[in-house]
Amino acid sequence: MASDAIADIKTTFFQECEEQLAELEAGLLALEGGEADLETVNAIFRAVHSIKGGAGAFHLNDLVRFAHAYETTLDHLRSGQISATPAGTKVMLRAADMLADLVRAARDGGAADIARGDGIIEELVALSGAAEESAANDDGDGMDGLDFTPVQVSFDADSMDEAAAAASDAPLSARYVVEFMPKPALYAKANEAGLLLRELARLGEAVVSCDIGGTPLLPDLDPEGAYLRWTVTLPGDVEEAAIREVFEFVADDCDLDIRREGGASPAPTRAAETQNPDILNLLKTLEAEVQAQQAAASAPSPAQPAPERKAAGSSPAAEKPTAAKAEAGKAAAAANAAQATIRVDIDRVDRLVDLIGELVINQAMLAQRVAEAGLGRGSAVATGLDELERLTREIQDSVMAIRAQPVKPVFQRMSRIVREVAEITGKSVHLITDGENTEVDKTVIERLADPLTHMLRNAIDHGIEDPAKRVAAGKPAEGVVRLSALHRSGRIVIEVADDGAGINRPRVKEIAVRKGLVAPDAVLSDDEIDNLIFAPGFSTAESVSNISGRGVGMDVVKRSIQALGGRISISSRPGAGSTFTMSLPLTLAVLDGMVVSVAGQTLVLPLTAIVETLQPSEASVHSFGTSGQVISVRKALTPLIDVGMRLGFRSAPADSLACVAILVESEGGGRSALLVDAIQDQRQIVVKSLEGNYGHVPGIAAATILGDGRVALILDVDTLVAAGQSISLQQPQAA
Amino acid sequence: MSKTVLTVDDSRTMRQMLRAALVDAGFNVVQADDGVSGLEALEVETPDVIITDINMPRLDGFGFIAGVRSAPRHRAVPILVLTTESDAAKKERARSAGATGWIVKPFDPDKLVSAIRRVTA
Repeated sequence: MASDAIADIKTTFFQECEEQLAELEAGLLALEGGEADLETVNAIFRAVHSIKGGAGAFHLNDLVRFAHAYETTLDHLRSGQISATPAGTKVMLRAADMLADLVRAARDGGAADIARGDGIIEELVALSGAAEESAANDDGDGMDGLDFTPVQVSFDADSMDEAAAAASDAPLSARYVVEFMPKPALYAKANEAGLLLRELARLGEAVVSCDIGGTPLLPDLDPEGAYLRWTVTLPGDVEEAAIREVFEFVADDCDLDIRREGGASPAPTRAAETQNPDILNLLKTLEAEVQAQQAAASAPSPAQPAPERKAAGSSPAAEKPTAAKAEAGKAAAAANAAQATIRVDIDRVDRLVDLIGELVINQAMLAQRVAEAGLGRGSAVATGLDELERLTREIQDSVMAIRAQPVKPVFQRMSRIVREVAEITGKSVHLITDGENTEVDKTVIERLADPLTHMLRNAIDHGIEDPAKRVAAGKPAEGVVRLSALHRSGRIVIEVADDGAGINRPRVKEIAVRKGLVAPDAVLSDDEIDNLIFAPGFSTAESVSNISGRGVGMDVVKRSIQALGGRISISSRPGAGSTFTMSLPLTLAVLDGMVVSVAGQTLVLPLTAIVETLQPSEASVHSFGTSGQVISVRKALTPLIDVGMRLGFRSAPADSLACVAILVESEGGGRSALLVDAIQDQRQIVVKSLEGNYGHVPGIAAATILGDGRVALILDVDTLVAAGQSISLQQPQAA
Repeated sequence: MSKTVLTVDDSRTMRQMLRAALVDAGFNVVQADDGVSGLEALEVETPDVIITDINMPRLDGFGFIAGVRSAPRHRAVPILVLTTESDAAKKERARSAGATGWIVKPFDPDKLVSAIRRVTA
């Protein structure tokens, strides 16, 4: 095989490993929850078995060794020799984590913690415990179990001596005589005496004779019987092991005698001796005869064709298909569904997404040209364009659906995090996941893992109390962390909720004051205090634990969520727990935007951030300081941000009364009004990364191409609002 | 005319490896991903040899072999079982279900081809 073919297969292997690991974990969790049936246990076993099989092919020895030990225990579980105790399941879950580490180490070239693996292997072996003794004989990696290749495989001392002697004197004088007589079972398993003879002839010059003395007369002949006895003489320099290997598959299904003869006398002959060149002719004749007889004899004789008996004899295997079909209709349906999928390289999908983006832009340009040509909205062309627009949007949605993936893989990874953190902190935590099949764009999923990991660590480390404290507070000793996902108004909402102590507000405020994040005399609402934990430089851990203290604070979580175009908020009730809610766009490639103009520039505001649009009036706009302005919205004063000034499009403030104010809300709930010259349109736009093509610009999230071919910048509402708020806080002091 | 091999294995990795090795050796390759789809494949294909895994969802290797052997059309087709060194008991069970021989995993392409040669005319 070419080396790139091998590399390809290896890629497939690691992809498949990830799937198997996910299946393994899902199965073990079902086992833990007591919802596992036999098929689940089988699936668990198959997952580990498959990983081991592939790993063996690539000589990933650490992985094979661990997978083997794991598989052995799972096999005991499968065969009912051991049962799934809660403690046992925990060991198996840890083993699954270790297996995942080993797979990733093998893939990425790192080193897994072998010592930890050995520890787990010991636990697994201990788990197998009693079962191990009975299984000890098939644990010797097969040799003792191979009862159909008996001990004779190895040369015994005598034959070694003989071989040496034979080699030293005359090789021709020594020879092997192989006598074998097939049983009907040999043929029933589709083995062929002729092929065995051919294999023997490959080893050296073979003299073959056939004893047909046992063949009955035609009326008594069972077409599927076996009546021929063969004697093959091979040169003495052929290895006996090679001869035995020829009979490896059929050793149980024939009478076989292999012996070495030292004398020079001709082979003991039986009736109808034939020389090698004639053997094929003989075989052909026999074959033809047997076939003729087979046809003659009433072929489907219900009496006793050997293979049918076999099938009936091994009834568990034979009945399995029907039983499986009857009982596992759901599994079959799932399998069918799985068959109806294809695998596509992600690059192809991305290319398609790009092309659709171009199509949307092109269609917008076409619409513009039509409008410029003076064709009215009622014209046939305009109607056609509307139709095209509808189709384009549908295509776009369909393409986005291709990229959409369930959040399940990320959620599954989280259960490991929960286990590990619970173990380190000595807390007892149960993770409940909900809405795992909620779909969202692949890019979003990939970037969710880190923030989620941190939030879960945080929830367990800071949220859930010690078991003793929980019991004292009248709660169950085991804490619950709930991770859920759902679609809400075109966004995906992910919640991490714990039933822990909730945010300790006095402490949070105290820390914030100590760290200079808020003034000591500041009056803060509960919500404001809760939101302090997202402030840069804030960390509530009294001593930096090795769980939350990985140099990442909630501010980083917030920023990574924001980078995904998402928002995060917290709600907390003392003694009852905290809930973090993230709301994220379903895709990062398109967004619904409001197109506005500011100082001759065209800008886009993401529609999701917009609360309402306002017409500033003399009564509603108030100035303070040198250039500060606020607008009164239903009696609440909101900072008014002159976008043109902020982005440097003009040097003098715009006349706010001639402008439009757009009330926007950032993910933190902060509100500001953005002052723009005019609103042009509201439409779906294709997001083009500015950072990827140009560089980061504060206040600008990305860019897009409009119908007239111009580039428009997409405003980063959160940054603008944050800036607006800091001004509203600072400017009065300056004034 | 080159020989046709039907491979039945639920592991994509294994299927890809089998295909690469067999195509290199000049075989036609037909693939199925479990026992049920293997039996379905046999309704339209006439392979010269079948290679099957044991542990598979829906219908495992034992059931698949029994299924092949019980239908008149393919009962004389050689079946090689993919097995690991330590699965002595499984080998035995596969044999009693009607397997012709076995291939020990991990296999190299030469071993695979020689095992096929040993059971096909």
